Amino acid sequence: MKKEMELLRLLEKDGRMPVKMIAKLLDVTEEDVEKMMSDLEKRKVIVGYSGIVDWTKVDSPEGITAMIDVKVQPKRGVGFDEVAERIYRFKEVKALYLMSGTYDLSVVIEGATMSEVGQFVSEKLSTLESVLSTTTHFQLKKYKHDGVVFDDGDEDHRIVVSP
Amino acid sequence: MTNRYLSEAVERIQPSGIRKFFDLASSMDNIISLGVGEPDYATPWNIREASIASLERGMTSYTANAGLPELRDEISRYLTREFKTDYNPEEEVIVTAGASEAIDLAMRATVNPGEEVLVVEPSFVSYAPLVSLIGGVPVSVSTSIEDGFKVTAEQIESRVTDRTRGILLCFPNNPTGTVMTKDELEKVAHVIKKHDLIVYSDEIYAEMTYDERHVSVPALEGMYERTILISGFSKAFAMTGWRLGYVCAPAPVAAGMLKIHQYAMMCASTMAQYGALEALRNGKDEMLEMVESYRQRRNFFVSSLKEIGLDCHIPGGAFYAFPSIKSTGLSSEEFAEKLLFAERVAVVPGNVFGEGGEGHIRCSYATSLTQLEQAVDRMDSFIKSL
Repeated sequence: MKKEMELLRLLEKDGRMPVKMIAKLLDVTEEDVEKMMSDLEKRKVIVGYSGIVDWTKVDSPEGITAMIDVKVQPKRGVGFDEVAERIYRFKEVKALYLMSGTYDLSVVIEGATMSEVGQFVSEKLSTLESVLSTTTHFQLKKYKHDGVVFDDGDEDHRIVVSP
Repeated sequence: MTNRYLSEAVERIQPSGIRKFFDLASSMDNIISLGVGEPDYATPWNIREASIASLERGMTSYTANAGLPELRDEISRYLTREFKTDYNPEEEVIVTAGASEAIDLAMRATVNPGEEVLVVEPSFVSYAPLVSLIGGVPVSVSTSIEDGFKVTAEQIESRVTDRTRGILLCFPNNPTGTVMTKDELEKVAHVIKKHDLIVYSDEIYAEMTYDERHVSVPALEGMYERTILISGFSKAFAMTGWRLGYVCAPAPVAAGMLKIHQYAMMCASTMAQYGALEALRNGKDEMLEMVESYRQRRNFFVSSLKEIGLDCHIPGGAFYAFPSIKSTGLSSEEFAEKLLFAERVAVVPGNVFGEGGEGHIRCSYATSLTQLEQAVDRMDSFIKSL
């Protein structure tokens, strides 16, 4: 169990870490690692592996990300789950969270242009029956994402040999 | 080096053997350094921020000689919580400019000229010179890989004379990474009590143990009254450049050390003390994360060393591996120098750490996994080329 938690923390930081390396770090066999990983995948503890991309560094339209605060009317019996499902099924929705505070759902949308996002909000999101209001915030710059600082200098300032 | 202006004490001591390697390695490009005796993390941001905030609030004056009362209070409680010691923050804790100053204070406050201090070696490079500087006589107690670099009661007893004042212990150890269990320490404590020695216990790596919890010397039965505990923030909280440590001892001994500290240092850096306060109050989670990462890298590095044919005991703490290079037929210095020139990997030759170090090299694994992997590959091809 302790090793499993350690494995999860390693993979959360680096999903591409080779099994051989993980085995050495955790002081277990490679088979143990494979087994733990497939078990975690089966139990949907690990639900996927992805890269963290800084799209501003490649020659492609970078797209636009918006975070939308949504107030909804929860329904008897199903609460927020039903409307949440109706929202996250749209492929434009990258993330969806139920929030405490002044609004209910936080929706992260990615679109090619601002108008594309605007269209999604006005035509698809706002028109849902339970949605009472939306407030859209566009992201201007990504400094840090999933614990990774973009453009972080990884210089080692230490002197090369010290006691 | 002789000069008519220098004192005899200074002429007696040699510059550290590490210096030579530092000069060599610094003159080269593209090296992977396993020679660094400090964490590869920058100080956690909350600690840096607390120090910055103290500057913004204008907290830039001296503190009490012994350090900020609230910091001493936190140190005392931290040590009790983590290592079961019992120090009165008002009279038994002094905040110092790094553990290095703390060692110096301990020596100067307790050793008379001509008295002997046992130094368990291989050891940190400053111990023996600090004993010599005050006219004391450092006496080496050599440990070896056969015992996993643990020191035994017999080894200590064989070096005790009627001039022996005390013994310098450092576990987890720099450079070997060795830790001592409670059982092992108790046996050592027994002879120490029998010969009425002082223990100077440098526990700067206390938080970094990977297989079992650290056992603090002053927490052992009957040892508090004869122990001077030396520690600090450098390693556990990645604060080496802040120069902040502390020393704890029974009140009369602490009062003696405080006399020296107040004249020589006045007080430790105020802004650093505010950072340290934050480290003790809110730094544990991040510290544990760092420790977990060191443990993983220890596992990786030591098993990799074995794969390339270097004999290495499993270091239970700190962030050093101390493999034997005897199978290569080279001396420590030859090995380290050739490795540096041939493969651009910097390690520290074991002989600079005193007796028992020859035939070994110190490798710090406090560096990125990528660098460690490359270093192992390069060491592998170096050894094959011999």
